[in-house]
Amino acid sequence: MKRASFRNITKGWLLLSPMLIVLGSVAIFPLYRTFLFSFTDAKIDDLINFSFIGFNNYIEKFEGLYYGILADSTWWNAVYNTLFFTVISVTLETILGLIVALCLHRAFKGRGIFRAIMLIPWAIPTVVSAKMWSWMLNDQFGIINDMLLKVGIISESVAWTSNSDTVMWVVIFVDVWKTTPFMALLILAGLQIIPGHIFQAAKVDGISGIRLFFKVILPLLRPTLIVSVVFRALDALRIFDLIYVLTPSNDDTISMSVYARENLFDFDKFGYGSAASTLLFLVICMLTLSYLGFMRLTSEKI
Amino acid sequence: MIRRKFSKFLSILGFYLLLGIITIYALFPFYYAFISSFKSGTEIFIVNYLPTKISFDNYLSVLKTGYFGQNILNSAFVAFSVVLISMMLGIFASYSLARLNFKGRSTILLVILSASMFPQVAVLSGMFELVAALSLFNSLWSLVLTYMIFTIPFTVWILHTFMKAFPPELERAALIDGATTMQLIFKVILPIMWPALVSVGLLSFIAAWNEFLFALTFISSDHLRTVPVAIATLSGASEHEIPWGNIMAASMIITIPLIMLVVIFQNRIVSGLTAGAVKG
Amino acid sequence: MKKFLLFLLVPFIALTSTAGGAQLSVAFGNVGKDLDVLKEFFAMFKEKTGHDVNVISMPSSTTDQFGQYKLWLSAKNKGIDIYMLDVIWAPQLASHFVDLSKPAAKLAKLHFPSTINSQKVNGKLVALPYFTDAPMLYYRKDLLTKYNRSVPKTWAEMAETASIIQSAERKAGNSKMWGYVFQGKAYEGLTCDALEWVNSFGGGQIVSPSGEITINNQNAIKALITVKSWVGNISPNGVLSYQEEESRGVWQTGNAVFMRNWPYAYNLSNGADSPVKGKFDVTPLPKGEGPNARSAATLGGWNVGVSKYSKNRDAAVELALFLASPEIQKLNAIKSSHYPTIPSLYEDKDVLEVAPFFSIVKDVLKTSVARPSAPTKRKYNEVSKLFWSASQSVISGKKSATSSLKELESRLKRLKGKGW
Repeated sequence: MKRASFRNITKGWLLLSPMLIVLGSVAIFPLYRTFLFSFTDAKIDDLINFSFIGFNNYIEKFEGLYYGILADSTWWNAVYNTLFFTVISVTLETILGLIVALCLHRAFKGRGIFRAIMLIPWAIPTVVSAKMWSWMLNDQFGIINDMLLKVGIISESVAWTSNSDTVMWVVIFVDVWKTTPFMALLILAGLQIIPGHIFQAAKVDGISGIRLFFKVILPLLRPTLIVSVVFRALDALRIFDLIYVLTPSNDDTISMSVYARENLFDFDKFGYGSAASTLLFLVICMLTLSYLGFMRLTSEKI
Repeated sequence: MIRRKFSKFLSILGFYLLLGIITIYALFPFYYAFISSFKSGTEIFIVNYLPTKISFDNYLSVLKTGYFGQNILNSAFVAFSVVLISMMLGIFASYSLARLNFKGRSTILLVILSASMFPQVAVLSGMFELVAALSLFNSLWSLVLTYMIFTIPFTVWILHTFMKAFPPELERAALIDGATTMQLIFKVILPIMWPALVSVGLLSFIAAWNEFLFALTFISSDHLRTVPVAIATLSGASEHEIPWGNIMAASMIITIPLIMLVVIFQNRIVSGLTAGAVKG
Repeated sequence: MKKFLLFLLVPFIALTSTAGGAQLSVAFGNVGKDLDVLKEFFAMFKEKTGHDVNVISMPSSTTDQFGQYKLWLSAKNKGIDIYMLDVIWAPQLASHFVDLSKPAAKLAKLHFPSTINSQKVNGKLVALPYFTDAPMLYYRKDLLTKYNRSVPKTWAEMAETASIIQSAERKAGNSKMWGYVFQGKAYEGLTCDALEWVNSFGGGQIVSPSGEITINNQNAIKALITVKSWVGNISPNGVLSYQEEESRGVWQTGNAVFMRNWPYAYNLSNGADSPVKGKFDVTPLPKGEGPNARSAATLGGWNVGVSKYSKNRDAAVELALFLASPEIQKLNAIKSSHYPTIPSLYEDKDVLEVAPFFSIVKDVLKTSVARPSAPTKRKYNEVSKLFWSASQSVISGKKSATSSLKELESRLKRLKGKGW
């Protein structure tokens, strides 16, 4: 028996090793290098000759003034933008996703087609959806302005992607459009786990739809909702390509990822950008760990 | 009685109205891009809600100028390679994690899960170094390699949940018959698991087909670029404006295959997505 | 199945068979007509030397382009032989390029010394001029005549005329008419525009050639307040998201009285299908107010650099010399209305025939002002971003000019830190 388990161990690691090697080289190694660079003054066009400068990229006092990321108001602005985006978009996506999931859960003619339609925004490449939306939102030729003007909601064309009052909402709107289907599917899976007899019992008792939803469905859906929200939130915290393509170099929408990339490649601060990347990673890491801890706690209860 | 019927009718009407609104919301941008792609010249700057004239000029000019045809092949090559390789790696790894009993499995699962949380930007600098060191810069293989960072985690994760549910009797029977591990995996488990494989394959394919940041960074020749980058750097053959018509046409060309995939395989995608997230 | 495998291999084959012969690759960010003209030059080059040249197209935003260049150079990318370099990039990328001072010893003497000097870093000639660039004020002479207005000399005159014509034209039925379009998107182009406003009011050039931060001054504040008053009145609010092509879009559909743009727009606006063909002219950008008011045009332009990592260095140098030759400079002036950097071409009959405005170009070039890329060195990109962000927050009305420039000054000080 012992020998068998020993064989199991070797076999297990043997089968794992190709995946671990690849994942190690594309994930762990780059992460380690990023971490290392964050303590250096490396330049993008010279990654060999650099010197270690301790925590100076993070925070540094020079002639009585503080420098470094933690003293950079643009960084904190990016943090604020990212959090704002995450909270609002995930909330909207959850509510809309719930509505769509409830629709999909009902049996009706053409449900398959409807589900396929729902998936389309999710499958379209982000670059393409950003282009499509910026075309529709164009201030001179855009159809959105045309519609709103015709209905009379606005009296003059709005430059959606340059106006600092609207630009963040545009990003959120496009993200909601793109990601709600994903959310809806996750929630739908949770709905389908709820045994059908619960609904029947509720029907027999004559509970109204709204009460059924709040008293029965919502509590049963809670675990699914928590998982979905956490997954989406972790994804939203690293938002990059939508913002990068839709509203490049705009301080009203700059996110932590965009900030990191800008410093890495546009400015001459590879080390500094690496430090920003490291901070972003740490934020996400902490959230993941606390989520996992939370999961462990709740699963023990069950 | 009539009243009740009427209110039931109303609720059904409301339900379909809701479906209608959701459908329009989901499809309208795509529809509008679609009709815009058939407009040529200055016509594109005039807002129309219905298709007016159908002209294939944009499609022709996209396919004629530059390397768009080649770009599509590049994307297909990268996406297929990513699917095949990550699936192979994922099958072995997930079998090991799901069916073999040894210490450290949960730690590895945790590492894999956390790798799926990596912000791409956070690894970009190190990834760039890796690509340069392996002299894969400006080669499609750089993309095949780097895309593993997001395909492997969910491939392993999803396959592992499916493998766990695999009936142990079948496995035991095969082992008693003297099957090797490889035979067990390829002859016994995989034939039953193909729906799961289709799911992860599709998800990997879509992710690889749509990726932008790495493709922008690691490829430096027009003829090696993948389609998302080709669209972002599309320049007009005409001297007017940003070539919106061409961009829309190119967008249609690369999106329609995806939409067909989604429509055909929607069941598989749904089960793949939900298995990955909820059971985990 | 075999066919399918073959199909998979196609990109790979294409990838492995790039070597052999003198096949040159040029990274070039401009689009449309500029690209077509460049391709014509490559065809000529092939006829002359037998070397094949292909273009690697780049993202249209120069900021993205620059980031991409740095990545490629740092990877010692052998696939690109020649880079088209914006005039401000030489100080930042010098170490990756071949010194052209010897091969171009003769040729360099033909060009403006100031242009050649702008591409010299510590005595090394990093790149050769392809064309130089300085923006102008485009105006609709038909509309100015119709409403009996003279060509504006100051920004105040410009704004007044724009406002008069805009409201009159709108009353006459053209509801899409605007007075003035420029580049207000948060990107390098806004740095150029805003530098012109500030400089035309006598407000300096952000950072002085000796490296002092000079931006927080009364003249600069006045300039930005003036521009803010245009947005939403004579300029569409959308101008805050316009790059060159968007402003040209409005102008060339006949919907603007004035436009600030580079000379490339001249020939395009005179194209056969252009509604403004023959109805417009150009003049130096207007002056500001105050004792130091002047007309100011930000210096632009593109230069050809040969990568140190090129496999075909000799052929690449040959191509660089070819692109900077009088022959090509003349053709480029005629076909794309780009300014040559060879003085004699400004008196060339063929050139003046297609681009009569070249007679004023010498004046425009005299008023040119350089972006502070030389003093701020490798930190220029960040300086520029801080400047355009601050400018945009003023002209969009988000912050007051006083507080925005004060904040900019302290941010620049922090960036400068121990020195540029």
